Amino acid sequence: MTDMLAYNIPFISIFVMMISAIITPLIPNKNRLPEKLSCIAIGFVGILSAYLLYSLTSGGQSLSFNFPMGHFPAPWGNELRAGPLEAVLSLVFSVAMLLSLTGNFSSTAEDIAPRRRNIFCVLVNLLTASLLALTYTNDLFTAYVFIEINTIAACAIVAVKEGPETARAALRYLVMSLVGSGLVMIAICLLYDLTGHLLMQNMHGAIQVLVATKSYMMPLTVSLALITAGLAIKSALYPFASWLPDAHGSSTNASSAILSGLVLKGHIFTIIKIFYRVFGLDVIHLLRMDTAIFILGLAAMIMGSVHALRQNNVKRMIAWSSVAQVGYIFLGVGLNTTAGIAAACLHIIVHACVKPMLFTAAGGLSNAAGHRKGLHALMGTFYVNVWAGLGLIAGACSMMGIPGFAGFASKLSLTLASFDNSAVVWALSALAASSVLNALYYVPAVIVVLTHNKDAHKNFTAHAPTLSYKVSMFVFLALNFYLGLFCVPLLRLITRGVNVL
Amino acid sequence: MNEELRRIWQQFYDWVVGNGPRPENEVVPEEPPPDLPFAQKPKDKYSRFHEATLKERYNQWLEIHGLHLFSVLYSGLSVLTCLVIVSLLLATVAELPPFGDERNPAHNEVIRRYVEHGGHETGAQNIVAGLILDYRAFDTFGESAVLFTAAVSVLMLLGASRRNSLKDDPSPHSDGEGWDFLNRGPPALRHHVFRQDDAILRGVATLSIPVIIMMGCVVVINGHLSPGGGFSGGAILSTALILAANAYGFERVHSFFNERTFIVSSSTALMIYALSKGYSFFTGANHIHSIIPKGTVGDILSGGLILPLNICVGLIVAGTLYGFYALFSEGDM
Repeated sequence: MTDMLAYNIPFISIFVMMISAIITPLIPNKNRLPEKLSCIAIGFVGILSAYLLYSLTSGGQSLSFNFPMGHFPAPWGNELRAGPLEAVLSLVFSVAMLLSLTGNFSSTAEDIAPRRRNIFCVLVNLLTASLLALTYTNDLFTAYVFIEINTIAACAIVAVKEGPETARAALRYLVMSLVGSGLVMIAICLLYDLTGHLLMQNMHGAIQVLVATKSYMMPLTVSLALITAGLAIKSALYPFASWLPDAHGSSTNASSAILSGLVLKGHIFTIIKIFYRVFGLDVIHLLRMDTAIFILGLAAMIMGSVHALRQNNVKRMIAWSSVAQVGYIFLGVGLNTTAGIAAACLHIIVHACVKPMLFTAAGGLSNAAGHRKGLHALMGTFYVNVWAGLGLIAGACSMMGIPGFAGFASKLSLTLASFDNSAVVWALSALAASSVLNALYYVPAVIVVLTHNKDAHKNFTAHAPTLSYKVSMFVFLALNFYLGLFCVPLLRLITRGVNVL
Repeated sequence: MNEELRRIWQQFYDWVVGNGPRPENEVVPEEPPPDLPFAQKPKDKYSRFHEATLKERYNQWLEIHGLHLFSVLYSGLSVLTCLVIVSLLLATVAELPPFGDERNPAHNEVIRRYVEHGGHETGAQNIVAGLILDYRAFDTFGESAVLFTAAVSVLMLLGASRRNSLKDDPSPHSDGEGWDFLNRGPPALRHHVFRQDDAILRGVATLSIPVIIMMGCVVVINGHLSPGGGFSGGAILSTALILAANAYGFERVHSFFNERTFIVSSSTALMIYALSKGYSFFTGANHIHSIIPKGTVGDILSGGLILPLNICVGLIVAGTLYGFYALFSEGDM
């Protein structure tokens, strides 16, 4: 059994972030105090998650435990649940969140009016809390409540940078996201009516009985379709991804990094939990939802990259690339095996580390080019901000799947996992085509950045990267290489986590 | 072959240095045609003698009818999609277990314990209050945080911060376009036409506001004894504020409830909720004895934390609803 501190960590992490969000409007908005407080709180949660991970995995076999929220046991009260997978994800989420904030510390100050900055911190804290709650929760309705917090805070951190573009993008994001919330809500109501439970494993038991007796199959199918569609809209699976490039491309760099790297992942992990813990893989296969997810994942991998090829704005290009990467994750989920879901979780982690790095690097480069975001304007910026240039190159290599970089590890595990599926040819050809397409738009961007520019001194503002930028970028690069070179223990850990999920 | 390679490289180089093909959406001002005598004018495609090709005629047709066609198709498809979803959901509802049947899956041990033991386990006579503020208090904490998030976001987007930041800091760092739109003047705020002589409204408000406030307080404070609670009582309290703002003007309400008061009251209420319930969660999960007394069922001071939590939720709801009203109608609070 885990020790007392580790046992309480899920609860402490969520409450530290909530209390930090609630206290932020009350503290003086000077010397960027709110942002420093948020960074400290997120860092604290990261340390706690690392300790939880250590404590869960040090005892030989993986353990998981349930944490009742209050004096009443699970089917009556709320419950949290923690295992190795949840601990790894909350560690990655908090580290990526911290690095996105510190790496874009100076660009946040340029983009956001001082009076709005403390509310930006409130929203970032609430987002972190909701991500942690979505990771740890064992109750479907708690998940819904925190999806709501996540939705509102995510739309607001798009609109925090003033301007008509961000207002339009945030409105579009809000409408799409609320449609998704509505579908999830309807589906939860239907499921409660059919099972009489909101706790995940009790729902699982009731659904097994329903499937065995072949009763209420049609409402069950509809509710599964609705909850998948609702969460797919929120996690920008391809046909529902039209809101993503606007929202991620026009907001401030920190928001883009957080939204692309983390907010999407919270919803995807909720889908994984619903598939694995509420319905069970055999029921998912019986209701054909795995095939639907698989096909949409394939479409997303190709179409996201095709759209990215057509972009001139570097941030929009990276945003469309996120659509393709979400397709990879859904491909893994659609394989409907433990190995596939483990590969999808590995890709969640890889993308959560690489995409914030790419957005931070793109922000640094366009800052060096005088706040212009067009690809042409970035020519020669590598020599102005070397750290950002290195970040872009490493991120591009990772997205293309060059061995040694993070993306290679997850693509390899996705490939290996897809051999168990009958549609292996489709999966492999889509992986290959998508990698080539990724190269088609990332390689030119890297070449542009590396090309010497004769009139650089005329256009470029000599912004030396700040210390926090350099340190964050260094940590991002180190994480990237760590994930690329030493992914086997991590993958083993994730597989153990998925097995006890 | 070598020529071909050189040409491709040249194209790529042009693209890199920015001499590539013009983006589609770039607007190029048209040069006015030279003023030639009529006889020498070139035959353009709109000339009477020019025979339009099929493609040109198609493009002309598209230019005239395209938007209309698109909007017709778009609305038709939307209606079709809605009809499909509506019929699907109706068919699903028809398949659901019959409403109120005692053999329904929802009538299980969870409900039974809430109904049979809810009173003495939570100390609340109102089972719903015991359910949302004790059994499942974490969900309700999330719900209050949803309101807090929404209020804070709206305050950020519409509140005083927006006008002040536009006034003193039109940020120099932007991509150029867009800021003209914002700098054209202060954002159009829809100020309420406040009529001094609306004696009927004022008279009714003077009579009813104390009653509404008392009603709201009763609903909040008796939340654990009778139907009601923080959410409904808070909504009643906010109507008193909204009525006061309409009858006496927003300035009068500002004197005791402004942006700062709202932020402080909401944050403090949510903080009290988080800390007290956090203590309760911690003791419950670690099987430590909690010092919070349950009280006798039916007393006004009973139900453990439910009474203070109802007051916190009521404060948040009242502030948020009034804040939405003030921000959306006045642009300020």
